[in-house]
Amino acid sequence: MTTAPLGRAATATPPVAARRPPAHVRRRARTAALFLAPFLLLFAAMYLAPIGYTLYQSLFRMHRDGLGLSAPTQVFAGPANYTTALGDPAFRGSLLRVLLIGAVQVPAMLGLALGLALLLDARSTLFKRFFRLAFFLPYALPGVVGAIMWSYLVAPGLSPITAAAHHLGLHLDLTSNSMLAPTIGNMLTWGWTGYNMLILYSALQAVPAELSEAATMDGCSAWGIAWRIKIPLVRPALVLTTVFSIIGTAQLYNEPAILHNVAPNLSSTYTPIYAAYDAVNANNFNAAAAESVILALLAFVLSFGFLKLVQRRGAAL
Amino acid sequence: MSPNPAPQLDRPARQTAPASAARRAPVDARPRARFDTSRWVVLGVLVIASVYFLAPVWWLLVSATKTSSDLFSGEAFWFGHFAFFANVRTLFTEQGGIYSTWLLNSALYAVGGATVSTLISAMAGYALSKYPFRGRELTFNVVLAAVLVPQPLLAVPLYLMFSQVHLVNTYWAVLLPSMVSPFGVYLARIYAGASVPDELLEAGRIDGAGELRIFFTISMRVMAPALVTIFLFQFVAIWTNYLLPVLMLANDRLQPVTEGIVGWQAQRAIGPSAVPYNIVITAAMVSAIPLVVLFLSLQRYWRSGLTAGSVK
Repeated sequence: MTTAPLGRAATATPPVAARRPPAHVRRRARTAALFLAPFLLLFAAMYLAPIGYTLYQSLFRMHRDGLGLSAPTQVFAGPANYTTALGDPAFRGSLLRVLLIGAVQVPAMLGLALGLALLLDARSTLFKRFFRLAFFLPYALPGVVGAIMWSYLVAPGLSPITAAAHHLGLHLDLTSNSMLAPTIGNMLTWGWTGYNMLILYSALQAVPAELSEAATMDGCSAWGIAWRIKIPLVRPALVLTTVFSIIGTAQLYNEPAILHNVAPNLSSTYTPIYAAYDAVNANNFNAAAAESVILALLAFVLSFGFLKLVQRRGAAL
Repeated sequence: MSPNPAPQLDRPARQTAPASAARRAPVDARPRARFDTSRWVVLGVLVIASVYFLAPVWWLLVSATKTSSDLFSGEAFWFGHFAFFANVRTLFTEQGGIYSTWLLNSALYAVGGATVSTLISAMAGYALSKYPFRGRELTFNVVLAAVLVPQPLLAVPLYLMFSQVHLVNTYWAVLLPSMVSPFGVYLARIYAGASVPDELLEAGRIDGAGELRIFFTISMRVMAPALVTIFLFQFVAIWTNYLLPVLMLANDRLQPVTEGIVGWQAQRAIGPSAVPYNIVITAAMVSAIPLVVLFLSLQRYWRSGLTAGSVK
């Protein structure tokens, strides 16, 4: 441990010492460190360490000897876990499924949220307060409660929707394989439209009223005002809600997991997170780690790709 | 599916409601436009949308008042035999009254986690705003990037790390991760920057107050609205969290209410000891009450948190 004093001596050489900040600045820096310490410690332990641990584990695998008698040992696997995960049709299928659900559900939900926000923002709309609360209510319910509620609303035997369809002479099973994705998409739309609407609505409220008034005087229709003035001005909020929706869809777990309890046909690798948990349950954390990293990268690439895309388009406008 | 608890980045929180309301007031005060067809169409669309959002909740409320057999027969969206109080009594005596333990656990996790996270987020955000030091922007950017990390991805490695230090199946397994809120730090920094004037701190220093005393007696007071918002969002995030406890807590006496109810739902009312559907529904409804109350009573803070930044 001789290096530490040496290192300190080195920094204390005259030219550096001459540039040392005054005492009160150093004292402030110490105070800042004191204020930051509790958060940074916990942040390092609860965020950075798990990320590092996942990356590390994704590069190893457990090696068991032929008879499985001695304890397994950990050996370096290189990219093997990644190639295995990407070669696994179940995992690939889960990625594709989430991509498809996202590609349909996110635009539908944000379109609905934007439409409702525009209607609520219009000057002549009645009962704004009531509607705003009604739309936002699903977000105020815990996600698990919403998911349990919907699981019963679609469960065969209990579902009033299926019963109503039956009444009309239709056979509708919302938990059948082909209906699982629309059912989950509906659960997400129901739960998150109000939240996105409120963000967009708040952004719309910040649009100066004079702009709309001037446009009205120039003979612009309400539709034209929405399209040409309001939507372009709330673009940042739209971009933000899109990015968060992409990340939210990537981590889809609660809804399918809870739906599984009424729809046993829903596979345990339905979404990537679900697949990763499945791997953990099978005591294969190395596989789960590789799958987690792939999913995180995919979410990152998609959300940042989207950001870059809109930025470039924004520059061109 | 939840993005992080309160996902707004990007721009200072303008304390939205009062300002915008004031600016728009004269517009709304004008004589209303003629009551024409388009107005009826708009109203119709909004009514249809609110039916979509409210009908399931109505179904949940009505179903919580039904007996098990009424649930499967009769009008789905209207009351049958009114058994709400019987259901609540059964709910709280089911499995030796474990439901109240779950509620208390949820309260413990949510209040404990949110209190600590509010305090340390406020300190960190304040330091990042008011004290210049080398690496400040880097620190802030790392914290900001963490807001975007999908939480479920952290839960599995945390589980493995915690099992090595024997924290799994203890209160700490849920409490410790709940104490960290990068979003809280973001909000605290933005708010401190916008609302705590440097002159105020200088005045405190000239009066001879130490930095800690300035923070706890002056700055924290100025930051109070942001602290309420941080607490609220973290409280809700912890109360609604399902994934982390489901990994960490196998002992059902330690579980929060979300995990407990899903455990009941997973029994699918099959077998003599299984919890019937109407009790699971009552349990789900009762567990949402604290959040709906919080939401209705603190609307202003919800909005300021949600819109922190999306307004440009």
